[in-house]
Amino acid sequence: MKQHYIIGQIETPAGIVGQVSTVWTNKDLFSTLKVRWSIGRMDYTVMPGLYAVGNPDKESDVYVSCNFKLSFDHLRRALHGMNGWILVLDTKGINVWCAAGKGTFGTKELAYRIKEHQLEKVVTHKRVIVPQLGATGVSAYKIKEETGCKVVYGPVKACDIPGFVANGYKTLPEMRKIDFTLLERTKLIPVELFYAKYYLIIVPAIFLILAGLHTKGFSVDLSWSNGGRAVINLCIAYLSGCVITPILLPLIPFKRFSLKGVVTGWLMAALLLYFNFLSTNIVEIIAWFLLIGGISSFMAMNFTGASTYTSLSGVQKEMKVFLPLQIGCVALGSMGWIFSRFI
Amino acid sequence: MKGLTYIKNVNTLQLDSEKCNGCAVCSVVCPHAVFIMKEGKSFVQHKDLCMECGACVMNCPTQAVTVKSGVGCAAGVISGWIRGTEPVCDCGPGGCC
Ligand code: SF4
Ligand code: SF4
Repeated sequence: MKQHYIIGQIETPAGIVGQVSTVWTNKDLFSTLKVRWSIGRMDYTVMPGLYAVGNPDKESDVYVSCNFKLSFDHLRRALHGMNGWILVLDTKGINVWCAAGKGTFGTKELAYRIKEHQLEKVVTHKRVIVPQLGATGVSAYKIKEETGCKVVYGPVKACDIPGFVANGYKTLPEMRKIDFTLLERTKLIPVELFYAKYYLIIVPAIFLILAGLHTKGFSVDLSWSNGGRAVINLCIAYLSGCVITPILLPLIPFKRFSLKGVVTGWLMAALLLYFNFLSTNIVEIIAWFLLIGGISSFMAMNFTGASTYTSLSGVQKEMKVFLPLQIGCVALGSMGWIFSRFI
Repeated sequence: MKGLTYIKNVNTLQLDSEKCNGCAVCSVVCPHAVFIMKEGKSFVQHKDLCMECGACVMNCPTQAVTVKSGVGCAAGVISGWIRGTEPVCDCGPGGCC
């Protein structure tokens, strides 16, 4: 099947190679938006193999990429006006960083692709440029042993490639760092939003039903008035953990994400209380603080997965303490809330 | 040191300078500028910035660096607990981890 980003063909001693465009079309833009919002993410892949950018020859550089289309798109766009080759590894449609962590963007796959696509026939320099974030899965010295190819680590972001080339194929310190800017954190929020999947419907439904209960039976009016409020509170707890905490991340005190989540959660709860939205009943107020704090903390803790600076040892340390606390808070809070229906 | 930092004194990064040959690959691949090269050897300068990604270990030709690497991701740790394995990252292809 011909893809819209293939605009021509280049003949090489190793066969015909597709030439890709370095300009994004509306289709690319649209699919980028879709992928951010988790729509049809699964089929967002590029065929692994060798591609050409511009009119590359035997001397042109080889850039290694993954077959997650968004990463591939960023790379080809960054190479605008240059001549080069792109070697796409089969990472099962996953970005370089994740795939390197899993090992699919790895030494074995890279060595296989170098041989499979007969790189030694296409270029004479025996050198491949691997994105730095791929280093978690790729061992440069093993690639050298196995294929004779030298791995040069390029910048973290594709857009720094021209600068990297101009600097004599060396990354400047700022090209090597992964930061975690507001923009990057914001881009990850849609993914976080869908974390709870179908629970997003089930849990509010349960609260709506329970809200209708009172000492004399079930009331639909109560269900809507109390339940509606409960659902709003729950949504705020969820958003506090997976939207507000990520956005304000550096501004919130504490290093542990779960504590950051508690801070924002309680701040939101305090706001709700101030506007008389929580409840007038002290048991229910306490229950809401427990629920909102617990949910917000859990969701914030989950953001460690998306963050670019949390270590596994740290996350484990934080979880051992906070996961039981979060579960406890939510359980106690739910019980308190149900109890408050009957007093 | 600027930017975001995580819990202190918890990561498992170790460097045996006896074994180091000064190739500097570790300092090139580290996304958090943990290493500094001095007099032809690598040193750990900002230990608490290490996120245990394992890139340095993977690329050190003399096995001078060690770290217990893995994904610092709560969802991954939970799936690991449920399956009784090491933390696994099983999120989708996009942003995440
Ligand atoms: S990669 Fe290993 S041998 Fe090379 S400088 Fe770093 S610690 Fe030393
Ligand atoms: S494990 Fe990753 S973050 Fe830690 S020192 Fe090595 S390369 Fe740097």
